[in-house]
Amino acid sequence: MNKLRSGEDLAKIRTKCEQRISSIKCRILICAGTGCLAGGSEKIYERLCELCGNDPNASIEFGDGIACSDIHTDVQKSGCHGFCEMGPLVRIEPYNYLYIKVKPEDCDEIYNTTVLGGKPVERLLYTMNGVTYPAQEDIPFYAKQMRLVLKNCGHIGAEHIEEALAFDGYKALEKALLTMTPEEVIDVIYDSNLRGRGGGGFQTGYKWKQVARQKETVRYVVCNGDEGDPGAFMDRSVMEGDPHKMIEGMIIAAYAVSASEGYIYVRAEYPLAVSRLKIAIAQAEEAGLIGDDILGSGFSFHLHINKGAGAFVCGEGSALTASIEGERGMPRTKPPRTVEQGLFGKPTVLNNVETYANVPMIILKGSDWYHTIGTEKSPGTKAFAVTGSINNTGLIEVPMGTTLREIIYDIGGGIKGGKGFKAVQIGGPSGGCLISADLDVPLDFDSLKEKGAMIGSGGLVIMDEDTCMVEVARFFMNFTQNESCGKCVPCREGTMRMLEILEDIVNGRGTEEQLDLLEELGRAITDTALCGLGKSAALPVLSTLKVFRDEYMEHVVEKKCRTGTCKALSSFMIVPELCKGCSKCARNCPVEAISGELKSPFTIDQSKCIKCGACADNCPFGAVTRS
Amino acid sequence: MLDRSFYEKADEIIADHGKGKESLIPIMQDIQSIYRYIPPELLTYVAEKIGITEAKAYSVATFYENFSFDQKGKYVIKVCDGTACHVRKGTLILERLQKELGLSDKKNTTDDMLFTVETVSCLGACGLAPVMTINDVVHPAMTPEKVSETIKKIKEDEA
Repeated sequence: MNKLRSGEDLAKIRTKCEQRISSIKCRILICAGTGCLAGGSEKIYERLCELCGNDPNASIEFGDGIACSDIHTDVQKSGCHGFCEMGPLVRIEPYNYLYIKVKPEDCDEIYNTTVLGGKPVERLLYTMNGVTYPAQEDIPFYAKQMRLVLKNCGHIGAEHIEEALAFDGYKALEKALLTMTPEEVIDVIYDSNLRGRGGGGFQTGYKWKQVARQKETVRYVVCNGDEGDPGAFMDRSVMEGDPHKMIEGMIIAAYAVSASEGYIYVRAEYPLAVSRLKIAIAQAEEAGLIGDDILGSGFSFHLHINKGAGAFVCGEGSALTASIEGERGMPRTKPPRTVEQGLFGKPTVLNNVETYANVPMIILKGSDWYHTIGTEKSPGTKAFAVTGSINNTGLIEVPMGTTLREIIYDIGGGIKGGKGFKAVQIGGPSGGCLISADLDVPLDFDSLKEKGAMIGSGGLVIMDEDTCMVEVARFFMNFTQNESCGKCVPCREGTMRMLEILEDIVNGRGTEEQLDLLEELGRAITDTALCGLGKSAALPVLSTLKVFRDEYMEHVVEKKCRTGTCKALSSFMIVPELCKGCSKCARNCPVEAISGELKSPFTIDQSKCIKCGACADNCPFGAVTRS
Repeated sequence: MLDRSFYEKADEIIADHGKGKESLIPIMQDIQSIYRYIPPELLTYVAEKIGITEAKAYSVATFYENFSFDQKGKYVIKVCDGTACHVRKGTLILERLQKELGLSDKKNTTDDMLFTVETVSCLGACGLAPVMTINDVVHPAMTPEKVSETIKKIKEDEA
């Protein structure tokens, strides 16, 4: 693409991109997010390209001479559609059919029936309770969502800037750069009350204002894409599916605070996000949307990518900037705050991916519009990654203030296997647990704080009645302890001691007094740790202790784990009346603890048993019980 | 002393990233992506070239979990230990892998240098839990049986 030197240039190329899209008679979007790729969507893409005669390596060219009409089919690799449970997904426009669990061998039928014939392939459509949903938008999983940030994820090709341009990409940048002053931009964001989506919920506009008024004139804009919370992948999906939206938000932020350099810090565990961002930045540079004198406005901005190196703590602001500087990623005491002395000691705007992705639409539609969505104090939408024991695992976006009940039952399709709901872990290892009594609490920054939980970055791990909450608390404590950077004593030593106690409890060595000690330690860490991660490290334990104290008591007093999760507290038995003597359990036992004569009941030698459960999982007659 | 080609490669990488101290992490990442570990001699070399002390470089390298001074196997298998994988029994995947390959939490590379088994915090592929990656390719919805099959297949291909 030629360098765009003015608003007119951009408008011209945008019209072309839009014309190209509207001239397409049939558009096939194959989900190429991490999930669907792992499910084999690359092969589907290649096969459909073959069938449709697209060259997968040919990029979209926009020379003057190239006619944009008469494109019959267009095959695109899109970002995450969100419905990961049903992947690999294929969407076909203009019919909006969504095909689920597609296999490469389905491609011929898709081509013949849908691409050539315009009819749906019934067997690939989503069905629930006997109803078949041909159109993606009607599927309950999507129908109850409000996808604004994720609007383009799954609807545009993720590796071509022309696709983004056809769907309003860089329109807000054009508006901000060419018609607004930096102060006006800040005012709009400030008035919108956009709050940081990374977990803190701090006002974005306020941050920008503070950076803009610093005396130091060298400033930086940094994007936190170090999404380390286990069970959260919202930011990954934005970076993979619509990278230009987030980049556009960053350029606008840079313009607002007069920064000329920006950094995106991405987790190394997200190789696809890194490669899509690199492509997007290269394309934006080529088009002149990043670089010197953007669109002839006189404003210049350069963007770099830094890959993380596997430290969870780098999601904390001061640790993240230290890591970009080439230091150990450890938080420091504040003040001075990042807005005063951030990256390389200069004033820095640090927001997360989803926050930046909110910026373009607010600039385009205004702060009043933004306030019509969500709750009074938490306007806008929030993306959540819904995982665990739920039917529709995936990525969703709903207005702030939506209740857990709507998310779990309407969108998520209820608990897997028809089991009972027990709890939801919100906000990852820094968050807390919500239980059935909290199902109707509106999810926003403030109401969750009252519940001792936090919205965090947006990971929702749903747990059913078979989940042991003590074990879950131990799991999170193990995570935090592993990831503690070791700088401050409360977090380094405190989490270790808490973990030791929790290990005692799940191994049947716990005492009642230890529960009080856990609480005391937890409070001390919360009060005295250096950074936000340390301060919230004890939250999962404190919150489960409060809500599920009876389960802790069972573990320490009766030495019993009601879910059978804690192996040391359970034992396996073969019920002689049910055992047919098939020997399948003995063959699957990894430690040869099961013996017996064929066709007569087998027995388990408890001294050898390591309680792995392989016998119970493999018994065809349900004769192995856990107590 | 390493072969000269190692230092030449390191020079190229340093030239790519520049000699500032903020280049240390990207340089080490590139070195590791080539050799699957950081030869300790190269860390010393890089530190000198970009003008920081060896102690400083070592302190940074050891802080981040991704860097390793130990050689890794040809197939690096990472088992996700994120919440979603944990809830869907990811531990069984790790146990089976370790059992199949005779590895443990302490010994994570096989003697024939074919396999390295590690855990990794959330890979963000929670919809497909439990997952593992082999040389960064995601293997979804794993079961202990699938682990055994996969390992068997790699061993056959290598034989």
